[in-house]
Amino acid sequence: MTSSTTSGTRETLIEADPALPVIRITRDFDASPDRVFRAWTDPDLVARWLGPRNSEIRIDGWDARTGGSYRYASVRDGEEVAAFYGSFHEIRPTERLVQTFTWEGMPDGVSLDTMTFEDLGNRRTRVIGVSVVDSLESRDAIMASGMDVGVNEGYEKLDELLANG
Amino acid sequence: MSEDQLSRVFSALADPTRRDIVARLAVGDATVGQLALPYGVSIQAVSKHLRVLEDAGLVSHSRDAQRRPRHLEAEVFDLMTKWIEKYRQQAEDRFRRLDALLEEMDEPKNPADQRPSAEDQEGAAS
Repeated sequence: MTSSTTSGTRETLIEADPALPVIRITRDFDASPDRVFRAWTDPDLVARWLGPRNSEIRIDGWDARTGGSYRYASVRDGEEVAAFYGSFHEIRPTERLVQTFTWEGMPDGVSLDTMTFEDLGNRRTRVIGVSVVDSLESRDAIMASGMDVGVNEGYEKLDELLANG
Repeated sequence: MSEDQLSRVFSALADPTRRDIVARLAVGDATVGQLALPYGVSIQAVSKHLRVLEDAGLVSHSRDAQRRPRHLEAEVFDLMTKWIEKYRQQAEDRFRRLDALLEEMDEPKNPADQRPSAEDQEGAAS
């Protein structure tokens, strides 16, 4: 990973309010809002960073316009591991991106994701992503989905703890 | 199944009174009576909150009753923190790849090379 130009201030911040079914992610990038926005909306670019490590993203559909929709799948060793789809509710270039998001493994769950691209000047951009779901349970499931070994271990440990308690 | 358990932890903490009780137990064990004192509510009401916290595995008490001090299971708390940290690291992984990509997408050096950006194309399409 290139880090020569990386400033120490870039760190992903996650806020998960215990009382609200919301996840907020904040991250700064060393690029103009125009570029960051493109990396978020151009399917060829999205495919290069969005997926989890050790898997590829296969874009099945991507119509990044207000009212458009998308579907993509995470593929590992030629096999589809998970698929996601949603609608682009609003595309406001370089400023704001609002979309729905469903993991097909939990078809009744849908999150409303709003990404705000804030120009920090000097070709720097702050992206604030707010995901809203219908219940705390759904929120937790989303945070748990896509989790691999780590969380399962966590669950096991939690089970142990609770069994002992 | 344990996902349910985790949900219980989160929903147990969704209530401000229960968060407050947890905060007070973080300082030290306390009995139901001691916990009820600052709220001006009945012991029954506090007991109800404690039961939710106990079901979630956040609070424990020794066998038998009202007088026994309640104890915060700090380990369950730590686990949640770790769990959110894992989620954060996954996001950070993604964003590092995006960092590298953004670096590759160098701004055109020569203004003549500048092609309409995605937004212009979208603007034109509508």
